[in-house]
Amino acid sequence: MAKKFIPKKQSGLGQFVDSIFILVLVYVSLYIPLWLKSESAAAAANNGPKPTWESLHLPAVIQEQWVKLGYDAEKAAALIDTKFDYTIDPVMLLVTAAVIIGYFIYMIKVSDKQYREVIAEKFGDK
Amino acid sequence: MSTSAASATGGERITMLKVLNPFHIWALGVGIVLVGEFMGWNFSVAKGGAYGSLIACWVIGLLYTCVAMIDSEVTSTVAAAGGQYTQAKHIIGPLMAFNVGLYLVMAYTMLEAADALVVGDLMKSGAEALGYAGLDTKPFVVLTIAFLAWLNYRGVFMTLTLNFVITLFAFFAILVLFLVTDPVHPGAVLKHSELLTDLPYGWIGVIASLQFGMWYYLGIEGTCQAAEEVRSAGRAIPLGTMGGMMTLLVAASLTWYICSGLMPWQYLGQAVTPLYDAASLIGNTKVQVLLFIGTMFSAIASANGCINDAARAWFSLGRDRYMPVWFGAIHPRYRTPYRSIIFLIPIAVSFAFTGLLDQVITFSILSGLLGYTFMSINMVKFRKKWPLNSIKRGYIHPFHPIPAITLFILCSAVYFATFLGYGASLLSIMAFYIVASLWFTFRRYQFVKRGDQFTMPWPRPKGY
Repeated sequence: MAKKFIPKKQSGLGQFVDSIFILVLVYVSLYIPLWLKSESAAAAANNGPKPTWESLHLPAVIQEQWVKLGYDAEKAAALIDTKFDYTIDPVMLLVTAAVIIGYFIYMIKVSDKQYREVIAEKFGDK
Repeated sequence: MSTSAASATGGERITMLKVLNPFHIWALGVGIVLVGEFMGWNFSVAKGGAYGSLIACWVIGLLYTCVAMIDSEVTSTVAAAGGQYTQAKHIIGPLMAFNVGLYLVMAYTMLEAADALVVGDLMKSGAEALGYAGLDTKPFVVLTIAFLAWLNYRGVFMTLTLNFVITLFAFFAILVLFLVTDPVHPGAVLKHSELLTDLPYGWIGVIASLQFGMWYYLGIEGTCQAAEEVRSAGRAIPLGTMGGMMTLLVAASLTWYICSGLMPWQYLGQAVTPLYDAASLIGNTKVQVLLFIGTMFSAIASANGCINDAARAWFSLGRDRYMPVWFGAIHPRYRTPYRSIIFLIPIAVSFAFTGLLDQVITFSILSGLLGYTFMSINMVKFRKKWPLNSIKRGYIHPFHPIPAITLFILCSAVYFATFLGYGASLLSIMAFYIVASLWFTFRRYQFVKRGDQFTMPWPRPKGY
């Protein structure tokens, strides 16, 4: 039979500190993308003359729906000309893939080691 | 042991009440998700066009069907609060369980914050329509979270009964809107032939749209959190979850059909409340009011379900000492995880007021996605460690391991989609879970009892 593990008792202050630690960690990770300012927001590409419904070359039904939505040609053009850039940075892609795969491998390996201790204590040594 | 926890009064062991039926499970799952049809799903249109969004709806629908199949089997067998967290603890191990518990708490608390913001914004829009411009949304955000937390504190039966009523109303609003658009006469109201275009970004846009395609269904797996409070887990969880998935597939398809037939895709891709906008375009005031209420109810139902699920996940982490044991208490009278419910109120409010809605939503989606990746690994290990007939299962899902493999592949595609749009957020969120894992391994785990973590009456797992 595996020796029973007796965990340490945690003080109230220790419990409080541990709860706050996780919260601080969440906030830091929420703000990191802002500090990096690197998210790929869609960008409007139109720098030309003021657009009109004629210059947008929209079918009549589509133009009618834009008008019903309360848009004039200029406001509609701002949305129509907004484009996402899906250019892939291969190095960043590899780094991201390595981080996700590495995270799961680490987690499964450590979990398995801890799980064997749990099973040994629960069911006894094999 | 698995169904008990220390009461607030000391050493007495009390359990949560087993009062829920399949309708409550449906209300919990669909209630959390349905707000995604009223807003959020349409960002997938911006990423890949209207057809790209429809493909995302179906592909992600397949992902969630796999989730629902796997969840139904494992949860009907591991019927305990904490859902996937408790499953991970019994099937993979403590560190994975800790991470899964965090995924659940983060996904639901952040979704709850976003829902409360929506309620505030809707109140502002409503006030503007009635001639009261410039309404401050903050009190409504706090009130929404506080009121729903109070409801959750007082008992799960009333909480989910309310969710059933308002979720059904919101679903009914979508059905009415669909009927009003005269779907049997294409071109009369809906202008698909004129409004639908080719894929604006090609197939890369379709892949990118998978990330927001998650909004169609994100949170349906939350049905597992009620496993300890249903009268029959083997019946209620599969019925409620699979029924919920069917409801969502119908709602998602109708939503796409209505909106893509009324709005240019460039507008639809950035609309805040697309279904309400669709009702406005039809010009029927009664339907407009119905959709306003439906949108409001869907956001409230989602926040309500999220409080329910986040609190149970946090409670379960505390009960096992993965987080401070103080949180692992059940109210002696109301039989709810009251300390966890109260603790998460200010956290949800603070998330709502960070002004980082984009990051908060991405954190929520990614935490969900990490959880689905876990499920695919979990299912394979579950069948390997306890083959069929070695333990009693409430439900056995068909075609194993095809759903698990499909789920894993689709999760990988969504990671890539997230990389395309939110690469920095993806890395910073991964950094959070990596640091949290190291913290758990080298600090927190010293307070955790070893053998006591395994509470299911199962034989020794095969290979251990």
